[in-house]
Parts: sequence; C-alpha cells; structure tokens
Amino acid sequence: MKTLLMSANYAAARAIVSARVEVVAAYPITPATTVPEQIALLDEEGIYKGEFIRVESEHSAMFACIGASSTGARAFTATSSNGLLLMDEALHWAAAARLPIVLANINRSVSPPWNIHVTHDDSMSKRDTGWIQFYVASVDEFYHTIIQAFKVAEDERVLMPVMVSADGFVLSHTVSTFDYLEPEEVDEFLPPYKPPHWVMNPDNPVSHGNIVFPEYYQEFRYQMHEASKNALKVYEEVERDYKRLFGKYFGGPIDQYRCDDAEVVFTSQGTVGAEAIDAIDELRDEGYKVGAARVRMYRPFPVEPMRALASKVKAFASFDRGVSYGFGGHVANDIRAALYHSPYRPIVKSYIGGLGGRDVTVDDIKEIILDTVKAVESGEMGPEETWHDLLE
Amino acid sequence: MVNQVNTEPKSRADMPKTPYSAPVIGSTGKTGSWRTFNPVIDYDTCNRCRTCWLYCPEASIDLDEDGTPHIDYDYCKGCGICAQVCPKKCIEMVRAGQEEAT
Repeated sequence: MKTLLMSANYAAARAIVSARVEVVAAYPITPATTVPEQIALLDEEGIYKGEFIRVESEHSAMFACIGASSTGARAFTATSSNGLLLMDEALHWAAAARLPIVLANINRSVSPPWNIHVTHDDSMSKRDTGWIQFYVASVDEFYHTIIQAFKVAEDERVLMPVMVSADGFVLSHTVSTFDYLEPEEVDEFLPPYKPPHWVMNPDNPVSHGNIVFPEYYQEFRYQMHEASKNALKVYEEVERDYKRLFGKYFGGPIDQYRCDDAEVVFTSQGTVGAEAIDAIDELRDEGYKVGAARVRMYRPFPVEPMRALASKVKAFASFDRGVSYGFGGHVANDIRAALYHSPYRPIVKSYIGGLGGRDVTVDDIKEIILDTVKAVESGEMGPEETWHDLLE
Repeated sequence: MVNQVNTEPKSRADMPKTPYSAPVIGSTGKTGSWRTFNPVIDYDTCNRCRTCWLYCPEASIDLDEDGTPHIDYDYCKGCGICAQVCPKKCIEMVRAGQEEAT
C-alpha cells in the first residue's frame, strides 16, 4: 500500500488497475470524463493491462460491458447524468443477465436546465434497475469501494452489477490522498472472476436472454430480489475481510458518527455526509445530542441497520440531494417505509437541497439539524418536507 | 456446472439465474417449410464453381470436398438467388409439389 495524491476520478481509474479489470468501455461525459481519460492514459502507458473500448455512446458502453462480462471478463464503465440515463435499457439488461459489471457514476444534475454539478437524481432514478448502489464521501472511499464492488458483484449469492456514485466536482475533481493497492496486493482479496452459471464461449455455446413466458418470468425477478437483499450481508462480510487485509473500513452500509447517544440523527448520501461530521462536532460542543448517519448502501436498502439506528433516536433529519417528483426525498421516504412495520417510529423530517451543485455547508447542515431538534423539543413535527435554502 | 441447461424446471431451485439455452438444430422449427419453389441442381451441367454457395443468404448450401453443392431443404426458403446467379443456369426453381411433373 502506498499513498497517492489524485482526484477522485483519477483514483477510480487506478482502482481499475488494482482490480485487474479486463475490459473498460466508456464514453466521455462531464464530470465523469476524466475517469476514462485517465484509464486511456494508463492503457497507453501499459499500466492498465485490459482492453479499452472507445464506444460511440453510453448505451453502447454498457452493452460492450455486458458482452465482455458475458464472456467472463471483469468489466467496468464510468458515466454521469444523461449518460447514465441513456444506458437505462442496458442497466436493466445487465442486472437481469446477472452480470457483475461495476459502474462508477459521477453524480450530475439531469438537464434541462443544463447543469454539470451534483444532484443525485441520475442514479436515484436507477434504483429500480437491480443495480447495487453505493454513495461515497471521499477519494479514498471511492477508490476502495470500487475494488470492494467487484467482490460484492461477483459473489455467487449476489451476481448483480454494482454502481458506485461520487458527487460531481465536489468529489470527482477534488484532489486528495488515498491509499493505493498494487494489483498483487489485491489478488488474494479479489481472485479472477469465473462465471459460475453461464458464459459466452464458442466452444460451449449458449444463447442468452431467451423468451420466457408467464410460467417462469416472475421467478427470475424473485431471484434478483433475493440476490439484491443478499448483498447487504455479503457487503458486511466483504468489508470485514477488507479491514482485516488492508486496515480499511468505511462504516458499513450506514456509516454512523456519534450516533450512540444521539437524539437527532442527520442522514445523507455522498459528500454532504462528510461535511456533516463538522456540523455534528460543533453542535455537540454546543450541547446538542446529535449524530450523523451516511447511507453508503442505498440498494439494497439497509433496512435492518436503519431499524437498529431508529431504535435509539427520537428523530431523523433526512437530507436528500434529489427528489422524486410528486413524493419527495428518495432516501427520506425509504427510511419512513423501512420503519413503518417496525416498533421504532421516530420522527422523520425530510429536507431537500443542494440541487444543481448548490453548496451545502456546515452551517446549512446545522440549520437543518436544529430545525429537527426544535421539532423534538416542542413536540410539534412541523412540515414533513422542507426545501432547504429555497428562494422565496 | 457452467452452461448446463435444464429444460423443465419444477421449482425455483431448478431454475438458472438468467435464461439461456443450448443450441439445437431446428429449435425454432425447420424453416424450409416456407418454400414455394425448390431449387433443383442439374449436376451434369454444374461445373462446381461455388457461386450458389457464396450467394445463398441462408447458408443453406453445403459443399463436398470437390465443391459439389447440396441444398439443405430443411432450411432453404426458396428465394431463388442461387438460380439467378448460377453462371451455367443449371439450377431450376420448381414449384413445390410439382417435382414429378418436370
């Protein structure tokens, strides 16, 4: 292990080298562009040993990954926003084909209006494709989660593709240190991928994606649902192994900070969760019993860990950097749904903000948390949903 | 085992994780039944030039080692391209069911 200084996107490109990825097919889109750009450079320098396929669209990128993964190759792509959305059909296909492809999504707002900065709507809108989803908060976490993602995806209990999302610019273009692992160091953790069930091989040919009528279709979908839910337990195992081998741990499906005796917990995804740590420290200094919980794994939704956390708190201040039009914050509503059939039903106040890359500062987070603290202290829940920092 | 095919699963445990099938000749039916006209080769005139084999859009013409063409009537759809391109004009399109009459 050695310490390198790079942007999150360049670190993601290095993760491809460490994980001995065999095929990368990618199409540039800001702010993901520097991921494939750096992989192309590493390819030219002979540091990346796999194939790099320059495709004509994101739709082709994902289908090239599907082809590669179908032959048993470890495949990767990176994209953002409209690029991710152009892949849509292929995302469903990759999951239903049970192919362990890994995708780095650099969260970017969907247009119009045109905007290249972070909103989580691009990947949140893909939550029902079957892809396992992670959201990360640092360069180091992005790099290591991509390596872990292959391990989760290729586990026979899962065999589902994994999307690792990082906030556009806030993280993608932020330079920071991270602990780099040489491929030789990763080999024990991540042996070569061997498809356990089916593989495209001209010496033993099969055709895939055949027509399946009502007699069996639903059973394929049930298997995917089971596999996705398995990923929660598998990821806990993967992180345990990773910690043992490399001393790296990012907090499990829900990374918790000072939550043990917290009455109000701020939940968030991505880099806002890192910013929240400072807000919590300041509020603790001011005497508030508050904590932060960063939802790292969004699909499968970490239902049991969320219930365990809910059993300890009086309220959640749940922050979404995205919106499901007509219903509200994606994660806030999933937290509510996860708790409905549990004995633990703390207040869940939903906050939406930071859209289009609007800054979410320590002061913003403190203001949101204190709004929920006020609801707990007064006994008045107040609005279910608040758009933070919205112009009058 | 990789690429093992189970044609009639009785339970979810018998099912693959995603649908795939092994190739079988005629698995979707022998499409030769579509023909209206059958190509018939006059082997006395045929000079084994392989033009018919090259042009057949269904790859339904097989060649012997000496280049003698044989039409696979299980898959030939009777399009007549072989007859059209034959330099010796020795492939005749015969209406199906009227072979005896010729």
